[in-house]
Amino acid sequence: MDIITTFEKEAGKKHHSLRWRFRLTPMRLVFMAIAVAAIAVILVRFIFGLGAATNLNDQWPWGLWIAFDVLLGVALAGGGYGTCLIIYVLRRDKFYSIARSTMLTSLLGYIVVVLGLLIEVGQWFNFWRPYVSWGHTSVLFEVFWCVSCYTVIQILEFCEVATEKVFRGLHKYLKKAMPVLLIVGITLPTLHQSSLGELFYIMVGKENPLWWSVFLPPFFLLSSFFVGAGMIIVESSLAGKAFNHKVEIPVLRGLVRISGGAMILYLILKIVDMAVKGTFANAFAFDLPSILFLSELLFGVIIPIIIAFSSLSGTRKGLLWFGVLDVAGVILNRFDVVFTGMGKYLNQYGGHYFPAWTEFIVSLGLVSIACLAYLFIVENFNIIEHRGTEAVEGTTTENGDYAVTAK
Amino acid sequence: MSKGILVDIPKCIGCESCSVACKLWNELPWDSQEKNKTAEDRAKEPNKGLWPDEWTSINRYDVKKNGSSVGRYVKTQCFHCEDPACVSACFSKALKKLPEGPVVYDQKLCVGCRYCMMACPFDILRYEWKKAIPGVSKCQMCPSRVTNNQETACTSVCPTGAITFGDRDQLLAEAKKRIKDNGYVNRVFGEKEAGGTSWLYISDVPFEDLRFRTDVTTKSLPSYTEGYMKLTPFIGGTWAAVLAGLYIYNNKNKEPLE
Repeated sequence: MDIITTFEKEAGKKHHSLRWRFRLTPMRLVFMAIAVAAIAVILVRFIFGLGAATNLNDQWPWGLWIAFDVLLGVALAGGGYGTCLIIYVLRRDKFYSIARSTMLTSLLGYIVVVLGLLIEVGQWFNFWRPYVSWGHTSVLFEVFWCVSCYTVIQILEFCEVATEKVFRGLHKYLKKAMPVLLIVGITLPTLHQSSLGELFYIMVGKENPLWWSVFLPPFFLLSSFFVGAGMIIVESSLAGKAFNHKVEIPVLRGLVRISGGAMILYLILKIVDMAVKGTFANAFAFDLPSILFLSELLFGVIIPIIIAFSSLSGTRKGLLWFGVLDVAGVILNRFDVVFTGMGKYLNQYGGHYFPAWTEFIVSLGLVSIACLAYLFIVENFNIIEHRGTEAVEGTTTENGDYAVTAK
Repeated sequence: MSKGILVDIPKCIGCESCSVACKLWNELPWDSQEKNKTAEDRAKEPNKGLWPDEWTSINRYDVKKNGSSVGRYVKTQCFHCEDPACVSACFSKALKKLPEGPVVYDQKLCVGCRYCMMACPFDILRYEWKKAIPGVSKCQMCPSRVTNNQETACTSVCPTGAITFGDRDQLLAEAKKRIKDNGYVNRVFGEKEAGGTSWLYISDVPFEDLRFRTDVTTKSLPSYTEGYMKLTPFIGGTWAAVLAGLYIYNNKNKEPLE
């Protein structure tokens, strides 16, 4: 089913029309249903409070929404600043074809993070306080400023794309501003990706020494960088299905190699960290934290490194495996920092937390909204068929069952 | 002069006058469920009997001393760190340390991120989960009294001298004297813990048996992230300059993208 709306500007003038389309597929209806359920839960949360919508408690003040919507959301959106760095600053032009789609994913990721935070904090109407009441000793202060400013920057960067279609008069100004936006837009995430790790450094003796480290900032930064390639692969293979469009293998392989390099650095740093702290015994104790810690490194770093630098990365299958393992490894890492790493300490006197179904619904709902927004934007703006990609016959011209025409 | 409170654990008989005084002075509502709990019940709870409306709790622990079983009552509340983790973790300055000692909270400035709760080395802060517009809650150490040269509500009613209000330095000396005189465990809990706290505890039985966090760091917690926060603007500035340089250099003799 296709919904196409055509707006005609100033009747009488030559056909200068704007067409908006949004295909309705079963998958998109599922996304919409989840989003509606999530909005219902969000209303419950705002009317009755966090206690009614979550299982959070005084032993576990941070739960799924912090781990998933915020920590993971920001990390998985890390591909945006990474590709900006590679393409616009280092001018590796062969990756240009994926620039727009990656930056869009990143923008939507940050919007999910910001929405998630507004739902998560107790007094959301006070969100602006840190702008005027500077708690500058707090690592969170840095995260707050950088994430909010970077979200605005990303919106402006997207405006550069959007003004190709709407408000065209502004396009040339945005184009001029792009170099500044790009440079600030790489600096800010570098800072707050590291700071998200540093948040946990003050939890001395609470966070498991396997994850608590003076290297938390570089660990978070490097992993947000190397998960970029993974996200691009996963996203392009999903979007590839939806839009019948594939990114060329050499482009992805190049990214995987860069990502693999960052992984090697990460792995070395992890080993140095363990040596300095003397936590080899903890890492190989084969209790739950140790098994999860080792899986992070084995499946999320070591195997992807092997794929990246072997012939495996020359095949779509190998690339997909790299993407899935890379992303899964970072997901596991962020969850370990929030849950596994804190579990022993916070549960020592009978504390307990497992996310309520309502928490899962909200997290899934936010992702669904992001997916719907992604699909809408890709269908209506010049995102994935942007220069250099092999467009395999667009499905956008497929005849719809339903069309709206507004004049 | 920074104020403090000395808790002489063996002197406490568990009358809970202090808890009542706290409720009355701070106008905290009574909860019928909490009212029926005993000091033993609260000692076993994950939150040590502290709730948004229970800022202090008397907890009873049965411990072995010289082969026989004895009961010890521990007054539990915010330790009011000298250099508090919660204050440094708060990104909107909703928490602050007064020069007189109290660590106080202002809900007007609070965003509700609960980073303070995660950062607290003693897990004292509580959140009003049941409210639509919640705040953090904890013992405020009666700031309106302390800044007016009055002692805290709880210490003013203690009939046995188990809790004493005074200048922290003098109390620390008094604590060390009592340790020597009474043969207590040679440790003033709060002298160095978490960089020092306004509340000081002395005991005749090991602190480990009384649910104290004895392995807590003796460094001040804000000192862990201080350097990082100070370096950040410089790292950010340098990094932006490097990026700008690379951008100009790499785009020099090239067609602009698009």
